[in-house]
Amino acid sequence: MIEILLYATIKAGTPLLFATLGAIIMERSGIINLGVEGLMLVGALTGFSVAYTTHSLFLGVMAAFFASMAAGAIHGFICVYLRGNQIVSGLSLTMFGIGITSLFGRSAVGLTIHGFDRTPIPLLSKIPVIGQAVFNHDVLVYFSVALVVCIHLFLYKSRWGLHLRSVGENPAAADTSGVNVNLYRFSAVLIGSGLAGIGGAYLSLAYTPFWVENMSAGRGWIAVALVIFAQWNSTRALAGAYLFGGINAVQLRMQAMGTSLSPHLLMMLPYIFTIIVLIFATMRLEKGSTPEPEALGVPYDREDRK
Amino acid sequence: MEPILKIDSVVKTFPGVRALDGVCLNIYEGEIHTLLGENGAGKSTLMNVLNGLYSPDSGNIVIDGSPYIFKSPKDSIRAGIGMVHQHFMLVYSHTVFENILLAVEDIPFFFSRKRLKKRITEIIRKFNISIDLDEPIWKLSIGQQQWVELIKLLLRDCRVLILDEPTAVLTPQEADRLFRFLKQLRSEGKSIIFISHKMREVMELSDRVTILKKGSSVKELLRGSFDENILAGLMIGTDDVPVWEKTEKTFDSIILSIEHLYADKDKNMSDLIDFSIDLRKGEILGIAGVAGNGQKTLAEVLTGLKNPKAGKITTGGTDITNADSRQSHIAGIAHVPEDRKAMGIAPEMSVDDNLILKSYKNKKFRKLFMQNRKAIEENAREQIDAFAIKTGPKGTPVRLLSGGNIQKVIIARELSLRPSVLVALYPTRGLDIGSAEYVHKVIMDAREQDMSTILISEDLDELLKLSDRIAVMFRGEITGVVDPKKTTREEIGLLMSGETLP
Repeated sequence: MIEILLYATIKAGTPLLFATLGAIIMERSGIINLGVEGLMLVGALTGFSVAYTTHSLFLGVMAAFFASMAAGAIHGFICVYLRGNQIVSGLSLTMFGIGITSLFGRSAVGLTIHGFDRTPIPLLSKIPVIGQAVFNHDVLVYFSVALVVCIHLFLYKSRWGLHLRSVGENPAAADTSGVNVNLYRFSAVLIGSGLAGIGGAYLSLAYTPFWVENMSAGRGWIAVALVIFAQWNSTRALAGAYLFGGINAVQLRMQAMGTSLSPHLLMMLPYIFTIIVLIFATMRLEKGSTPEPEALGVPYDREDRK
Repeated sequence: MEPILKIDSVVKTFPGVRALDGVCLNIYEGEIHTLLGENGAGKSTLMNVLNGLYSPDSGNIVIDGSPYIFKSPKDSIRAGIGMVHQHFMLVYSHTVFENILLAVEDIPFFFSRKRLKKRITEIIRKFNISIDLDEPIWKLSIGQQQWVELIKLLLRDCRVLILDEPTAVLTPQEADRLFRFLKQLRSEGKSIIFISHKMREVMELSDRVTILKKGSSVKELLRGSFDENILAGLMIGTDDVPVWEKTEKTFDSIILSIEHLYADKDKNMSDLIDFSIDLRKGEILGIAGVAGNGQKTLAEVLTGLKNPKAGKITTGGTDITNADSRQSHIAGIAHVPEDRKAMGIAPEMSVDDNLILKSYKNKKFRKLFMQNRKAIEENAREQIDAFAIKTGPKGTPVRLLSGGNIQKVIIARELSLRPSVLVALYPTRGLDIGSAEYVHKVIMDAREQDMSTILISEDLDELLKLSDRIAVMFRGEITGVVDPKKTTREEIGLLMSGETLP
């Protein structure tokens, strides 16, 4: 029972983890992206369609990455180079994602593919209980955990990471130190959007695996909230994503076991939790120093007169 | 001798403003070159061009005889130019170490903290600076933050250092230390461009002075060929400066009494700790201190923007500490806020409307549910005449006025309510000499009519000239109250850095 729940937790948490990591990279550069939901859908549909036609899951994932990157580039261009309103641009990106995937996704509904298989890690997967639950997953799960470590090292140990964090905190300071603010911001949006796309592809290639309209079901929004919960930190994102994955897993389990609670109420759980998390996260923010990048959401114009 | 850096007829326009209009500037090796000019003369704009932040519309930057085009600050850094901006370019949540790293170009991709720290510590030791590399910037005093900015430049091996009003945020002692440091750099052959409008500093440091006016350079003078009067004359030009005199007065009644006031902390700012002082009727009480030591909190508590945690404020026997009893009395306390554009005016509205922001409910300005435009315009005409406000065409948004005129609008509005107390934060900050003197004159006139003023300022000369008493604040506490006639700048400086007088 615990083994199944733990397994389901990680599986449900992984798409959230990808999307949250993507959003963290973007927000660290100072760009808010409320289009994560849309990007996940673009990734999910592109990944599914390419995997279906080429019979290659790897190509599907790559396609998802680049398609979402292209969609995110619109947001990046508007926010970084045109200095547009990031909230409006992000919201329209989500609507764009929902719209375009339901339009082009019609023919893909009902098709099935063979999704990612479980790849047990030698030795570790033999450990009782957690072996099967933690060390016997598909490759994308391992990849997501590796990403957590890489992003952490990148942000705190590398020169580019220092530059990226500085750009998000005080772009003028970075600029006068010779850092190309726009380039960092635009690249962050591209890579972050691509990661959100992989999060979407995880849904259609590993989690379910098939395509239905609007299949991300608000996970993109949860990811945006998780960034705050994670305090813009990749290792905390892992904990946050699995926490939500866990709630989802428990909720599904309870439905399957046939409790007297209405399934609609159970399905609400992750979203209710999002609200609670946000309330607590903001309460904590007001008290001490904030981990939020200071220039988050503020366009940078070098010639702006202060 | 050829100049190492030459700025040749640089023009820079912003929408609606010609900020630089053919400026020329020659910087020689191993000199301290002062840029002098009123606000809006284009000093900061010119430096931002030199820093690569603004790209000029036309004109040349020539270094060692070859022309340069700065597309970004990176190009300027490569050319050996470094700048300490008026608003520091620091990442406040990062540590000192991380901020310094940001400025260093040649570090490996994955860097070793240990080795880099050693390198930085060596440089810091060479210049006798004490700073903890692991402290986040926001915990440092403003003086220390400035050292971090300087270390950044030194690590980069800049040949030309630009300092934009570096002493505005320092105590006199800290400023002296900075000057010694700058002289040391000069003797090492570095060139320093120094921006200030404090005459004393200009006289002490400058080897050469260039005077800017309305975006062009009017004169270059060498040490020995200028004194304070010559410089002031060249700077101000034809604008006449209002004159005023301080009359002797005795004060017998107390109008506002503050007892053991405590207030909460805002980010990066000191709270008020056991703050007690009596304001006497008709006096000007100066508050000295480095910005960020609780002055803003004090003003906000007095003007009702913030509630104190503990303590008591009374006026004429009425307790006005708490919100309820406060509202009616707050009206008698006028407020000239620190950030005049953000807090003092409604920037998009006209001068007429801004002048009645506090009294729009007055019957005089109403006609049933509508505004009485006629009365509002009449009121504006009176105030504009009385305070000599230069406004644009009718209905011009107030944000388009010059800083001095915006300040006049605010003061006109505040004083038109006939307050008994005026709380003024940095009322002349960033104003040209003419406007600053005008503000002084208005405050003095109000003193004649027995209005009391709490004058919060970082300009010691201003405080010494205007105040009847000066209270010095450090980290939210009063470290001493001095008589401007008997005290010295050094004495105030000690109090500003938290020391007590024997």
